[in-house]
Amino acid sequence: MIALSDYLMVGAILFSLSVAGIFLNRKNLLILLMCVELMLLAVNMNFIAFSHFNGDLAGQIFVFFILTVAAAEAAIGLAILVVLFRNRRTIDVEELDTLKG
Amino acid sequence: MEHIYLAIVLAPLLGAIVAGLFRNQIGRTGAHWAAILGVAASCLLSLYVLKLFIYDGEQLYNKALYTWMVSDGIRFEVGFLIDKLTVMMMSVVTFVSLMVHIYTIGYMAHEEGYQRFFSYIALFTFAMLMLVMSNNFLQLFFGWEAVGLVSYLLIGFYFKRESAIFANLKAFLVNRVGDFGFILGIAAIAMFFNSLDYAEVFGKAPELKDATIQVWGSTPWSLMTVVCILLFIGAMGKSAQVPLHVWLPDSMEGPTPISALIHAATMVTAGIFMVARMSPLYELSETALSFVLIIGATTAFFTGLIGIVQNDIKRVVAYSTLSQLGYMIAALGVSAYAAGLFHLMTHAFFKALLFLAAGSVIMGMHHDQDIRNMGGVRKYMPITWITALLGSLALIGFPGFSGFFSKDAIIGAIHHSDIFGAGYASVLVTAGVFVTALYSFRMFFLVFHGEGPRDDHAKHHLHESPWVVTLPLILLAIPSVVIGWMTIQPMLFGDWFTGVLTVLPEHDALGEVGKHYHGQIGFIEHGMLELPFWLAMGGLFVAWFIYMKKPALALEIRTRFDWFYHVLDMKYWFDEVYQIIFAKGSRALGGFLSEVGDRFLIDGLIVNGSAKVVDSVAHRVRRLQTGYLYHYAIAMILGLLLLLSIFVVA
Amino acid sequence: MSYEKFIFYVFAALLVFSASMVIVRRNPVHSALFLVFAFFNSAVLWMLLEAEFLAITLVLVYVGAVMVLFLFVIMMLDIELAAIRAGFVRYMGVGALIALAMLVELAMVVGPARFGLDKFAKPSPMAANALPNTEAIGEQLYTVYVYPFEIAAVILLVGIVAAIGLTLRRRPEKKTQNISEQVRVKRADRVRLVKMDAEH
Repeated sequence: MIALSDYLMVGAILFSLSVAGIFLNRKNLLILLMCVELMLLAVNMNFIAFSHFNGDLAGQIFVFFILTVAAAEAAIGLAILVVLFRNRRTIDVEELDTLKG
Repeated sequence: MEHIYLAIVLAPLLGAIVAGLFRNQIGRTGAHWAAILGVAASCLLSLYVLKLFIYDGEQLYNKALYTWMVSDGIRFEVGFLIDKLTVMMMSVVTFVSLMVHIYTIGYMAHEEGYQRFFSYIALFTFAMLMLVMSNNFLQLFFGWEAVGLVSYLLIGFYFKRESAIFANLKAFLVNRVGDFGFILGIAAIAMFFNSLDYAEVFGKAPELKDATIQVWGSTPWSLMTVVCILLFIGAMGKSAQVPLHVWLPDSMEGPTPISALIHAATMVTAGIFMVARMSPLYELSETALSFVLIIGATTAFFTGLIGIVQNDIKRVVAYSTLSQLGYMIAALGVSAYAAGLFHLMTHAFFKALLFLAAGSVIMGMHHDQDIRNMGGVRKYMPITWITALLGSLALIGFPGFSGFFSKDAIIGAIHHSDIFGAGYASVLVTAGVFVTALYSFRMFFLVFHGEGPRDDHAKHHLHESPWVVTLPLILLAIPSVVIGWMTIQPMLFGDWFTGVLTVLPEHDALGEVGKHYHGQIGFIEHGMLELPFWLAMGGLFVAWFIYMKKPALALEIRTRFDWFYHVLDMKYWFDEVYQIIFAKGSRALGGFLSEVGDRFLIDGLIVNGSAKVVDSVAHRVRRLQTGYLYHYAIAMILGLLLLLSIFVVA
Repeated sequence: MSYEKFIFYVFAALLVFSASMVIVRRNPVHSALFLVFAFFNSAVLWMLLEAEFLAITLVLVYVGAVMVLFLFVIMMLDIELAAIRAGFVRYMGVGALIALAMLVELAMVVGPARFGLDKFAKPSPMAANALPNTEAIGEQLYTVYVYPFEIAAVILLVGIVAAIGLTLRRRPEKKTQNISEQVRVKRADRVRLVKMDAEH
């Protein structure tokens, strides 16, 4: 039988991979965004696993809302990215330091 | 009656508002008409009320007209207490005020700020009436501060003159000292009596006769003594008693009508009025009465001495005022409240008269106030001369004149009193009579007699003042002469003040004097056998001998007693000592607090210091803000890792 | 190994593999496609967890909409791949280390010690007459969670408006129709009648 911890471990691996991805792809804004999506997927995995093993539908409802917000976030994030690229001709994070203190 | 009383108070206020706020619209004439009509209405109504009280048996009126607020059982109200004391004060105040208003038309004719001046003196009349007609401590305090404010404004009337600014600041600050005591006294009353209403407080006073409070440490102090002395400190400020007298001579910087109205006849007597009003409290504390007596007697004698060496005509009269206020205060100290108030009334008339006469001379001399430059004015200003003579005679207590009755009653009462300090006071006030006569007639002879002005130019300009000036002089001269004769019977020995003033039987020094009273003639005859009369005559004679007969003698006496002259000329160094201790001291303290407390501690360390700390920290911390997105991401991840580690370890 | 377990391990392995490819591929298009693949795999895992509605939603919404959007953006932008991948190797060590530390710690928290079968037993199979997953979620969503649902709708609307507002730009050199202006136009604006003398 598949235990709850199995699903949680899959979520943990996904999360760690996306953390590593943020380190590796520190220059590409697009992949950073994808890593964030991956992270959300890991979190959703945990929610659904708990929902299933606790027999409580609230976890699935929560995932539903996370998906909604993540979709909106991706849309706006990509829009910002497009505008950024239009203005700077690059999405290289290393060149984006106008907020430097 | 309520409407009449309200009208008495509000008419001068209305005049002040019209003259003050619409001064450009109504012009000079309009302003003096507005103010004079207001005060005249007030004066006539006051005299009408006086008539009701004398002839028609009008009774006490005590009612709150408006309740401002009620806090913790204490009512803050505006109300009137009209009894015979109030009526007397109202009549004197409004009458003298009206005279001064009329006089001002002449005196200020060529001055700037004419309308402002009328607005102020009408406002003063309002404030003084609020003070005397009050039926509670709050309104008393309002009137007290309001007259102080107007006094401040008027001393500094010539606000472009530096000495005037100095004088009004000085008056204001010295009065603050007094008012501080005064408001502490009122606070003590509110605390222990739980009321601000006169009637309630006086009714409760005998119960609290033996109450004690701890002011300092655990020594019990008599509540009554503390309250009375605190209130009296207020009176010392307002009525210019030693050691708070220093502001009054300087207040002569104001225009002369002000000196007559505020700094001689009315405002400065507020302290006497207040103590007399509080007689039910003062009677309960012999310590406070002795304190009052000693302060009063000291002021009466020693400030009179200074008057002898002054050369400014207004300052001579000012020191005379100080001395006479001392007499009144001393009378209060021996529980002869009636005598003090009686002298207050007679003094109001003759001192206003003397000031106005001095003002008239000053006008003639083109605002030269030095009596050494004057002389022989009698020929040119006959009306001023005769009225000044009458005023001076009243002041020195020439038999039959009003001052004679009042001053003799005071000296007699002090003589008969056996309260602590009465012996000391008796000697000083008796000797003071000689001094009074000396300085009064020294000034009188130097100004009106002797050689006339030397240059023709001055002679040409020296002429009698216009009728608006002489009329008040004449109208004031009449009561100066006769008011004492007319009112001594009811005020001192009759029942005019029955039920108004409280005098315990064992303090009743005035009653002792009354035992020997058999009509005015008898009083005069008796008085002429007593020492004070001969001292007054002696003073008059010495003044005549020195300044008329042998003018060289004055200089010789001065060189012979040089040290004493110096002491008087420096006014016992009060000003200098205050200057060093209080003025310099507080400046030094202020400088210290400014440098160390404010600039170093607050500005330097706390304000700028914290700003600098923030600035330097921010300078270092801002390097964390690289602007690179991945740095923030890494920071977040590391933070997450840290939290997770804590979670795992825990 | 039961059939269920087999399915789980296969798709979990595929999921981890595709997630790794997302972060290591040089080409963003490949990354996006592997992300799509990861979504498919996790949808299968969610099916195993009896969350059918969400599994389908993930595929429809994420794969069908969001990831397509990603691909659009990637292809729209002219990205220099060489520059963007510089320093990739340099940070590999640190990244791997931190990710590994995080994985170890997470495993300590969520591992079998706490969430094993002995702690959380497998729930019994659904009763035959129980509501299907989609209906159950719908019932909850339209009753208990109706306000959050409305808010989610508003958030999406805001997302739409924001995305359009950000990316919309007018290009003056582009010729476009302005219909409202066309409708509003009057004859006097376009035609000028000139009175002339007849030619002779």
